[in-house]
Amino acid sequence: MFKEAEIRTFIEGTTNYFETSAQQSATVGSPYLVTDGKPGAYEYTGVIGITGARRGIVYFTAPRGMLTVLLMRMQETDTSDENIKDLVGEVANTISGNARRDFGKNFVISVPIVIAHDLEKVTTPHARSFVIPINWRTHSAKLVVCLE
Amino acid sequence: MDSAAGSRATLKLMIVDDSNIIRRRIERSQQIARLEVVGAASNGRAAVEMFRRTQPDVVTMDLTMPEMDGIQCVEELVAINSNVLILVVSALADKATAVEAIEKGANGFLCKPFTDRQLNDALEELLSEA
Repeated sequence: MFKEAEIRTFIEGTTNYFETSAQQSATVGSPYLVTDGKPGAYEYTGVIGITGARRGIVYFTAPRGMLTVLLMRMQETDTSDENIKDLVGEVANTISGNARRDFGKNFVISVPIVIAHDLEKVTTPHARSFVIPINWRTHSAKLVVCLE
Repeated sequence: MDSAAGSRATLKLMIVDDSNIIRRRIERSQQIARLEVVGAASNGRAAVEMFRRTQPDVVTMDLTMPEMDGIQCVEELVAINSNVLILVVSALADKATAVEAIEKGANGFLCKPFTDRQLNDALEELLSEA
């Protein structure tokens, strides 16, 4: 079972992403456990499937406003829906991929699946997930870690 | 095919990443005067086709991509031209993956996320091998 202490890897991955890509720190709230299978989602979600030594999903979910500003901080002028979806998938991919620094090569990540404008489609394979709240500028987002 | 270590002033760069944002970011952020972007591909299979057509000297290569992943693509590009310089740009942060990429023929590894400076430093280091 995924241990609470291991959540630190994902917190570090999240803060590193914002510091490096946006050159602006995000603050991470206290992670909490959801046991009803409904960790929640915003308008855009990038989902990474995890296989190998661990099984489950990691997803990053954020509102359009946050992703638009993040794109602009990255000097990207095209803030179309396509690029917003690309970004949310890339954030999920980067944080999940970085987790291999601690979990090793057998933490196998999929290419991102992006879900936009349909919160009902964002589901988890298990009832139990850790939610990492992310605050950046005036925006809120979440990283959800649902692993066996 | 010519060696990337040749004396040409300009070296051709191909960017391979399944993210349009990252492809555009690398093109926009790279400040190496002697590099000219000749193409960008969104998966390994498209990259191999583009590589044959544009004959780049330098490639930035993502690893986690649909259709053909970056490790297999590195192998195929090196089989076509063993002199190509390949910088892997990937979120996969474990040492074993970096070692595998180098063993398959890549010349450098830059971990995502990256700053513009880190990208340019990695490209400069790559080109110092040329």
